[in-house]
Amino acid sequence: MYGFEAMTFNIHGGYLEAIVRGYRAGLLTAADYNNLCQCETLDDIKMHLSATEYGPYLQNEPSPLHTTTIVEKCTLKLVDEYKHMLCQATEPLSTFLEYITYGHMIDNVVLIVTGTLHERDVQELLEKCHPLGMFDSIATLAVAQNMRELYRLVLVDTPLAPYFSECITSEDLDDMNIEIMRNTLYKAYLEDFYKFCQKLGGATAEIMSDLLAFEADRRAVNITINSIGTELTRDDRRKLYSNFGLLYPYGHEELAVCEDIDQVRGVMEKYPPYQSIFSKLSYGESQMLDKAFYEEEVKRLCLAFEQQFHYGVFFAYMRLREQEIRNLMWISECVAQNQKSRVHDSVVFIF
Amino acid sequence: MDRFIDDLPPMDLMRSEKMMFVQLIIPVESAQRAVSYLGELGLLQFRDLWLRYERCRFQVKEQDFVVAFNYIHYDVFPLLQLNSDKSPFQRTFVNQVKRCGEMSRKLRFFKEQINKAGLQSSVHPVSGPDLDLEELEIQLAEHEHELIETNSNSEKLRQTYNELLEFKMVLQKAGGFLVSSNGHAVAEETELSENVYSMNDYADTASLLEQDIRAGPSNQSGLRFISGIICKSKVLRFERMLFRATRGNMLFNQAPADEEIMDPVTAEMVEKTIFVVFFSGEQARTKILKICEAFGANCYPVSEDLTKQRQIIREVLSRLSELEATLDAGIRHRNKALTSIGFHLTKWMNMVRREKAVYDTLNMLNFDVTKKCLVGEGWCPIFAKAQIQEVLQRATFDSNSQVGTIFHVMDSMESPPTYFRTNRFTNAFQEIVDAYGVARYQEANPAVYAVITFPFLFAVMFGDWGHGICLLLGALVLIAQERKLSNQMNLGIILSYFDARFFGSSLDIRYQFVPQLIFLNSLFGYLSLLIIIKWCTGSQADLYHILLLLLATVAVPWMLFPKPFILRKLHTERFQGRTYGILGTSEMDLEVEPDSARQHHEDFNFSEIFVHQMIHSIEFVLGAVSNTASYLRLWALSLAHSELSTVFYEKVLLLAWGYDNLVIRLVGLAVFAFATAFILLMMETLSAFLHALRLHWVEFQNKFYHGDGYKFRPFSFALINDEED
Repeated sequence: MYGFEAMTFNIHGGYLEAIVRGYRAGLLTAADYNNLCQCETLDDIKMHLSATEYGPYLQNEPSPLHTTTIVEKCTLKLVDEYKHMLCQATEPLSTFLEYITYGHMIDNVVLIVTGTLHERDVQELLEKCHPLGMFDSIATLAVAQNMRELYRLVLVDTPLAPYFSECITSEDLDDMNIEIMRNTLYKAYLEDFYKFCQKLGGATAEIMSDLLAFEADRRAVNITINSIGTELTRDDRRKLYSNFGLLYPYGHEELAVCEDIDQVRGVMEKYPPYQSIFSKLSYGESQMLDKAFYEEEVKRLCLAFEQQFHYGVFFAYMRLREQEIRNLMWISECVAQNQKSRVHDSVVFIF
Repeated sequence: MDRFIDDLPPMDLMRSEKMMFVQLIIPVESAQRAVSYLGELGLLQFRDLWLRYERCRFQVKEQDFVVAFNYIHYDVFPLLQLNSDKSPFQRTFVNQVKRCGEMSRKLRFFKEQINKAGLQSSVHPVSGPDLDLEELEIQLAEHEHELIETNSNSEKLRQTYNELLEFKMVLQKAGGFLVSSNGHAVAEETELSENVYSMNDYADTASLLEQDIRAGPSNQSGLRFISGIICKSKVLRFERMLFRATRGNMLFNQAPADEEIMDPVTAEMVEKTIFVVFFSGEQARTKILKICEAFGANCYPVSEDLTKQRQIIREVLSRLSELEATLDAGIRHRNKALTSIGFHLTKWMNMVRREKAVYDTLNMLNFDVTKKCLVGEGWCPIFAKAQIQEVLQRATFDSNSQVGTIFHVMDSMESPPTYFRTNRFTNAFQEIVDAYGVARYQEANPAVYAVITFPFLFAVMFGDWGHGICLLLGALVLIAQERKLSNQMNLGIILSYFDARFFGSSLDIRYQFVPQLIFLNSLFGYLSLLIIIKWCTGSQADLYHILLLLLATVAVPWMLFPKPFILRKLHTERFQGRTYGILGTSEMDLEVEPDSARQHHEDFNFSEIFVHQMIHSIEFVLGAVSNTASYLRLWALSLAHSELSTVFYEKVLLLAWGYDNLVIRLVGLAVFAFATAFILLMMETLSAFLHALRLHWVEFQNKFYHGDGYKFRPFSFALINDEED
């Protein structure tokens, strides 16, 4: 029923949409970033943030601060907001909100498994996990020796279980396997999320398919660049691309055979929306690609707020806040390590 | 008439206080003291000088530049406020602000600790020695250090204590499993073979165990067990995970713990469950241990030998009692420290809050060129001048400064803040008016009238002596004012007359105010008159009808036409005047400017003004009718109230009283009381208040009130304390 959301959306979604738009108004502005970039110490950052919505979360932190504390507290605010929205949400919005966290869940699984492989302490690893991606039995991941066990012991109880169908092997876990597992899971997750949004229909489907397609394409490019020069075969690489997005299917064929960054660039420049991203980079450069992609993503996420009566705003808000936290982390790191000249390398202004 | 109005005694609340814009030049050494004295006085509103001001060049006329070069001060000109140039952390006293922030964090920490310990921080601060900020900072740091150390010590102790307690419980319960199964086995050996192996039945499980154990010592058969304790909420998942990890080759026994255990971090009591897992094989053992670790389950070894077990239990018990004594002593010590902090807490908090406010204010000040003085600017009421000067002198004297503070009045183009001196009674009405909009500087203040009319309108609508007495015992004051004022609405227009006169616009008076008054009075004033005459005699006066109607008809074109034409004429004159001399123009501009916003436009658009005046006229005529209709709510609400009370009285109370049954009478009485309290008193109060509010905001204030000023917010410790509380 495209175009008719306006009639019924507010019955269940109106309150939460208002909430999320209110949250969005609290995002840091360019003026805030400008001030933050001038900070000399982490205490200055704290002082500046105390005037923003992060204030109550940081006010009881004793000096001296650490970057991790700042990031942790800022994330805590995001988590609190997310939990508040999830509590208030009804179906299908609650499922939609849960979908947003699956990405973090995958990352956490990978983090724990890799960490255990390198014999790190589980508690220490758990502290590093993203709180949005936590599930009950996450600590038990350390027990598993191979993929099959991983699935059978732990993940079968989580929402990630269906995504595992493609990577159940009895191979022992190693770095390469884990990385492939991450990407396979992510692929399955994105496709599932995409299908779910299509099922919701209306403006949600339209906006979310756009945002998810961008995400899928970005992952495809990243997989390609990261797998250049590794033992990953072309077919295996091809299998890790999600089966939707602007690049699907012809772009995937071309990406699968790329051997260096300039070939990737050649492929991507055929697609008008990505031309602008690559035109910012000089030849052979891939360092700034992340930032360029983030900037494009932020632009698209902000646009999601231009339309009303759809769920895309929740996704967009979560992503924008995460970007903001990444920015804060980068600024804090630069300030803490006295590298203020590099502050602008990775900060993506949201407004 | 003008003289009569001028001769009226001054009304304090009618016009806001006359304000002046002042500049302070304070020597650095006495700045802190001066500002804190000013905070105690609370009559000066500082302006933030760190916000960069830029001249709006296009608004400044040529000759003004000449003046500007002679008298260089940016406030002479219209200013445009830009983004703040400097971030807050680059200001002068930022370090002190940070220190205050850190101190108030520590104080919050103390408060939290005191609350957690269930102690009361004393509300009335004891008088101790006066500390200055540095001493307080050192003291706070010491206290915090001490507190954190005691906390971590007691946490460690608590941890050990918990471990021992858990060990004790595991020993008792898990030992119980083993013992009971042994005894059981000897007695009922024959039943063993018939046992159905079911996980759910405790007796069966027990006999199963005992069979395994009886088969030989655990190490020989490869059957081992791990015993431990785990949070009750995690047990189910834990068991499931064990089952999966060992592929079902294990036995899980559990029993709830008798006592709850305190979590040392959150200080909450947690319910725990004791478990014993039986399994075989070394690999399973590592797996199970890993799972235990992952679930935060604490494992404790239990000996199978009964005598050994008893011995261990005895040891554990004795150590437990020792630890308990230590823990208690620790808590007593900590509580003592917290109580002593609690005595001073309120005082310290106030002090830090004040200091922070002082430094925040000092941060609004700017260094002068020599860097030896701080320059501050702000608004204060004119009557406060002497007080402020006195305070500044005192500050200079107290801080032994060689140089006094310079305090002088300056010009400002900015509109001054609005400040009414209210008392407890008028403040309520001032707040009602402020909720609509803060009065423009020196604008007629509707609160003066609201003080009387608000209770009056409310009373008319609530309109019930009995309920009125119930509602407020102090309502006698309001009821005393319950006299019939004949004409409410004229007041708004008369106020607009005062306003117009005050702002020096005779044009508005002659061609807007007078016809408005005639129109309104000829129609509605007559109505009121009629009512009064009718009350008095019951006769009617037909003669006036036609005359008044005629007057009203004349008033409409009177309102509509002359003002725009006269404005046009004025404009032409002004335009001609400009060719002679620029100075004259600017004076004229200044003179005419406040009267109407339209004249800011340089090009004069007659049709626009005409249309505007037409809209204004139509609006007024229609508004007069609709506003009158609005006042009908006075009647409607009072009617509704009286009808409702009649209904409740007759249909509930009298009806119930008619029966000769005590129960029915009581029920009737209850319903009546309930209806009176909730519907007649609470709901009607709300609705009468709401309508009185509307009649003031819409029907009364829209006739004259601009309400676009801003409130005077002096730097005052009293206000800061109020806000915090």
